[in-house]
Amino acid sequence: MSKLYENPVVKWIEFRMPIISFIDHSVGTGYPTPKNLNYWWNFGSLAGMALVIMIASGIVLAMHYTPHVDHAFNSVERIMRDVNYGWLIRYIHMNGGSAFFIAVYIHMFRGMYFGSYKYPRELLWIIGVFLILAMMATAFMGYVLPWGQMSFWGATVITNLFSAIPYVGDYIVTLLWGGFSVDNPTLNRFYSLHYLMPFVIFALVFLHLWALHQHRSNNPTGVDIKNDETDCIPFHPYYTMKDLFGIGIFMLLFLGFVFFAPNFFGEPDNYIEANPLVTPPHIVPEWYFLPFYAILRAFTADFFMYIPISWLMSAKLAGVIAMFASILLLIFLPWLDGCKVRSMRFRPYSAMFFWIFFLDCMVLGYIGAKSPEGARIIIGQIATFWYFFHLVVIIPVVSRLETPKPIPDSIAASVLKDGDAPQAAE
Amino acid sequence: MSKLIKPLAAALLISAAAFTATPAKASEGAAIPAQEWSFSGMFGTFDRGEAQRGFQIYAEVCASCHSLNQIFYRHLSGIGFSEDQIKAIAAEVEVEDGPNEEGEMFMRPGRPSDRVVNPFANEQAARASNNGAMPPDLSLMVKARKGGADYLYALLTGYEEEAPEGIELMEGMSYNHFFPGSQIAMAPPLDEDSVEYTDGTKATLEQEARDISTFLAWTAEPEMEARKHMGVIVMLVLLVLTGMFYAIKKVVWADQH
Repeated sequence: MSKLYENPVVKWIEFRMPIISFIDHSVGTGYPTPKNLNYWWNFGSLAGMALVIMIASGIVLAMHYTPHVDHAFNSVERIMRDVNYGWLIRYIHMNGGSAFFIAVYIHMFRGMYFGSYKYPRELLWIIGVFLILAMMATAFMGYVLPWGQMSFWGATVITNLFSAIPYVGDYIVTLLWGGFSVDNPTLNRFYSLHYLMPFVIFALVFLHLWALHQHRSNNPTGVDIKNDETDCIPFHPYYTMKDLFGIGIFMLLFLGFVFFAPNFFGEPDNYIEANPLVTPPHIVPEWYFLPFYAILRAFTADFFMYIPISWLMSAKLAGVIAMFASILLLIFLPWLDGCKVRSMRFRPYSAMFFWIFFLDCMVLGYIGAKSPEGARIIIGQIATFWYFFHLVVIIPVVSRLETPKPIPDSIAASVLKDGDAPQAAE
Repeated sequence: MSKLIKPLAAALLISAAAFTATPAKASEGAAIPAQEWSFSGMFGTFDRGEAQRGFQIYAEVCASCHSLNQIFYRHLSGIGFSEDQIKAIAAEVEVEDGPNEEGEMFMRPGRPSDRVVNPFANEQAARASNNGAMPPDLSLMVKARKGGADYLYALLTGYEEEAPEGIELMEGMSYNHFFPGSQIAMAPPLDEDSVEYTDGTKATLEQEARDISTFLAWTAEPEMEARKHMGVIVMLVLLVLTGMFYAIKKVVWADQH
């Protein structure tokens, strides 16, 4: 089964535990990968790198941070001022969160556009949905730790949401708080869970990769791999080098922010120590939560999506359910989409609606960042409606009605067709 | 912030084919005019003269109400004060220490290792002396307000003697339309010749506002110079490295294209 290795040390290890060939079959020469992957396929490895950066920098921060309401804010400032290169570690961790979400959001939109969620990769996709949920929980709890004004009030607003759940809501909120308001026990449990969750994420990433390797990467044409020889190239050195180049570009952007605009993604209010007696004028979450925050706030008593269910639940509860549903619905995407053709390159109407959906998410993000006033309320509600309308009506209907354009016979054939060098298929 | 983004974007454009700068978040309230600062941009550093004069303003004016909790006297070496100067500055204040062998707290002259002394014993004392308002700690002020140093400069130079017609000021409040809500509990803190600069600089209101803003920009981000310096080196190394990755990638993929 395992290859024959020349090096005696490698041979010795391989005989006792075939880890060398395991790595080779995972990311090495023994892993045939579609030859036509474009740069959108770089974002998986970029997300993985972001996770490693977050865990590494976070472990160091934990050595200097004090999880106590009286000391948390000042201990973070101590890291910034007196710990050797503490400012670097902390800014890497702060901006690393944003970098992680950017990579993962692009990774998700790529999966949606090229149909990577479809048979036989449904489970791969579903694990991905749980990954983004775990990331969000981790990011939310991490944002509370510096104990600034936004930390405190963000935690207050979001934990209060659970009180909308009938009967058990108040008990859940008390459990989250460890008391009757956001206070020291809340900070302590969030710190503990913020340290735990990355390892849950790591485990999910392992499952995600396991599922990936079963049927291997999708590709821009969405056509199945038919022949490893003609359709594929070895992961190493082709994609290891391409990923490394992508990592270089990504690091340039990421470290550009770390060194020259480290507070670009942050809120000034979080440099004011938490004060339960003073509410900031605008409580805004971090940018990566803004679309979901907009969905939450769209549910007012007179929102047309709420009126039909107003006899059943409060607008607040409907908003909370909608916010969680906006992500959980993605689990069903492989079945909501009824088209056998994966890539939207061959489904022009689906592609058009994909871009409208993308734009809709951007609009939701913008609305989430602004105070809900005047026309913004209506725009937010229409955008919220469209988000769900797209997932539960547009996708199922359009995917079943649209006749896809003819698809290439194989990956090799597609490369031959658009490639400028016919010998590529050899 | 956009001042930092522009040169950054320019540098990154060399390697990245497209870099879309995200628009900076709009600030609330009256528009804050942008100022030229010695510490703006990729290569900006704190003007030592401005920062040291700013410290003089803090010590002689602001310190009567505002704390500077994140700063220790030893930190002042970051804006060019010598060890002896810092010792002298620290020695000017009395610091509570103890308990001593008899179990008593006692006062002694400050040392470089002391935290900048808080003007009030606690929040209640601060409010009692300030008409019920709490003078905020100034250490992080530049990072804690939208507009940063520009906002501080606008606020300090933006006091108007009388509120516009139709606006009734509450008792003890001053009118300043750069402050959210336009009514601020802090009376105009600076005026021409509020301090007599030891270096002979003429103490106009604008000069004072500029100096204290620069000083507080430093207290908020004392790491900024080291950060930018390291950043430039890291960017250059990464550019070369990424260029090499690209070249190797081209060579590796040559048989596929």
